[in-house]
Amino acid sequence: MGTLRNRGLLAVIAAGLFLVGCASTTPEEDTSTENTVDTSATDAVETVVEAPKEVAPTISRDDKVIVSKGPGMGTETLDGVFYFDFDQAIVKRSGHSELDKHAKVLKENRGFRVRLEGHADARGTREYNLALGERRANAIRAYLTAEGASRSQIEVISYGEEKPVVAGNGESAWAQNRRVEIKYSN
Amino acid sequence: MKRLLAMYLCLIGFVACHASAELRIEVTQGVDNALRIGVVPFKYPRRSRLPVQVHDVVDADLTLSGRFATLPVNQMLSLPTSSDKVLPRDWRLLDVEYLVMGELIRSEVGYRLRFELYNVFKQSVVLSQEIEANEQELRDMGHYVADEVFESLTGIAGAFSTRIMYVTADGPATSKTFKLNVADADGHRTKTILASDEPILSATWAPDGNRIAYVSFENGGRPAIYIHDLSTGLKQQVTNFSGLNGAPAFSPDGNKLAMVLSKDGNPDIYVLDLESRRLRRITRHYGIDTEPSWRNDGQAIVFTSNRGGKPQIYQMQLEDLSIERLTFEGDYNANASLLPDDSGLVMVHRRDGIFHIGLLNLQRGRLTVLTETALDESPSIAPNGSMLIYATQAGNDGILAAVSIDGGVKFNLPSSAGDVREPAWSPKKNKIFTPISR
Repeated sequence: MGTLRNRGLLAVIAAGLFLVGCASTTPEEDTSTENTVDTSATDAVETVVEAPKEVAPTISRDDKVIVSKGPGMGTETLDGVFYFDFDQAIVKRSGHSELDKHAKVLKENRGFRVRLEGHADARGTREYNLALGERRANAIRAYLTAEGASRSQIEVISYGEEKPVVAGNGESAWAQNRRVEIKYSN
Repeated sequence: MKRLLAMYLCLIGFVACHASAELRIEVTQGVDNALRIGVVPFKYPRRSRLPVQVHDVVDADLTLSGRFATLPVNQMLSLPTSSDKVLPRDWRLLDVEYLVMGELIRSEVGYRLRFELYNVFKQSVVLSQEIEANEQELRDMGHYVADEVFESLTGIAGAFSTRIMYVTADGPATSKTFKLNVADADGHRTKTILASDEPILSATWAPDGNRIAYVSFENGGRPAIYIHDLSTGLKQQVTNFSGLNGAPAFSPDGNKLAMVLSKDGNPDIYVLDLESRRLRRITRHYGIDTEPSWRNDGQAIVFTSNRGGKPQIYQMQLEDLSIERLTFEGDYNANASLLPDDSGLVMVHRRDGIFHIGLLNLQRGRLTVLTETALDESPSIAPNGSMLIYATQAGNDGILAAVSIDGGVKFNLPSSAGDVREPAWSPKKNKIFTPISR
């Protein structure tokens, strides 16, 4: 919604510039006028073309969210995986800035839904890990709602250690499997 | 009716065994003073035409128990079929202490087996019985003989006639096929109960040995608890709450199901009355409460909780909901289940960063680590209380392994079917034979 309003505003400014250009035009200064009009028109057109680059967030086929990095800065796919320490469900500080972006997307796009999938590594028991995965997803949910997302936008599910992203054992595999994945839909 | 039922199950088992990969058993540690026993081939006019060699089943069972050293048939000097035909010298020479021998004949039902257990040194008959079985029950017949021999010579009830349930997971990490299987305790006659693209776990038996409960994500990718009647094939979804629906455990009388639900915010233990459908919440804590397991007297439930910061085992009296912590050694104790006499419990216990199966003696408070493997989980005790089966890792694959409660016997049950996990030992014998009185 905000993006649309910005785009409208830019269009008005562009139109204004064009009008100003027209106003300063005199029949005698045809070429220069044309140049002037041209320049301002080009500037205006460029602005109009650039403005839509602040696009509304979209959801990719693999359930990730793509957002604008700012006017004219292109887009980025938000990182949707957050990692945890063994037997812990505390959101790491390193994930805060990315989670803030997710919260902003959800706050500004109330039609968006996310599914938070909690996972654990292979160590320990399966049922305890199901509970742990849910705690991790709940921790991410608490962070997102504190930053403005609505609880009704968020679904939580835990797979425990049943759906590892990396097969095998060892600290590297375990670290990658202790995670919450944010999956978007609308 | 019962016989028909057993026949039906066996038929399915027989068909299924050609489709599913079966478990094998490899003894990794037997007792030092294994009893030397000879299982003489049971006499039958056209033995090679029998679908199952009953004496082979007996021999394999006794060998795989880790408590017996059986004499290979090709080393036997004679093949007696009854005690009056035994030449003790033939066996003393080979240092054989006991003999199992017998004869099969055709009968109305199918087959009749007369068998004897003989003490070579005392020259006395320890056991002599006749039993009958139909063609589909020949394996059961072998397991029965092994159970009788085992109990006579060790004083411990045999568990060869029981079954095990387990989950297999095949395929790449991100797209596995999960299967819930039931097989004989020796890994034969595998039958797949359920196949799904979504996880299956926490399978458990009702005390009747017929109903099972498990957690499956098959319904929309969300966890729910199901009860499945193995004899009728009827399956019902028991829970469908938001959040966790896990860790089902039948009460000793089979009428209630303890479980974990997080519908009220946190994982807590609930008890569902299967008749009245009344659901009772029995723990209230902001921590994780999970893995309920009934005490065999039905008066208490042990469970895992991290209310003290780390997962430990607690016990709740159902009468007054009072809670007592049972484990204090180690920073990870979980998934406890009580021995049949409630004298102790087995659980997952982490020591020096490695997950083992531990046995806690509740009378003396002594904790023993039973396994030397790593990433051990899901211990399930045999109905005779002398063995437990659990899941561990071999390379990157999950396998099942078993260990005796005294730690003396260990064996692995490798499978060709990828990852094997979540074993559950059936509480009852698959088929009960009644010896024919003469």
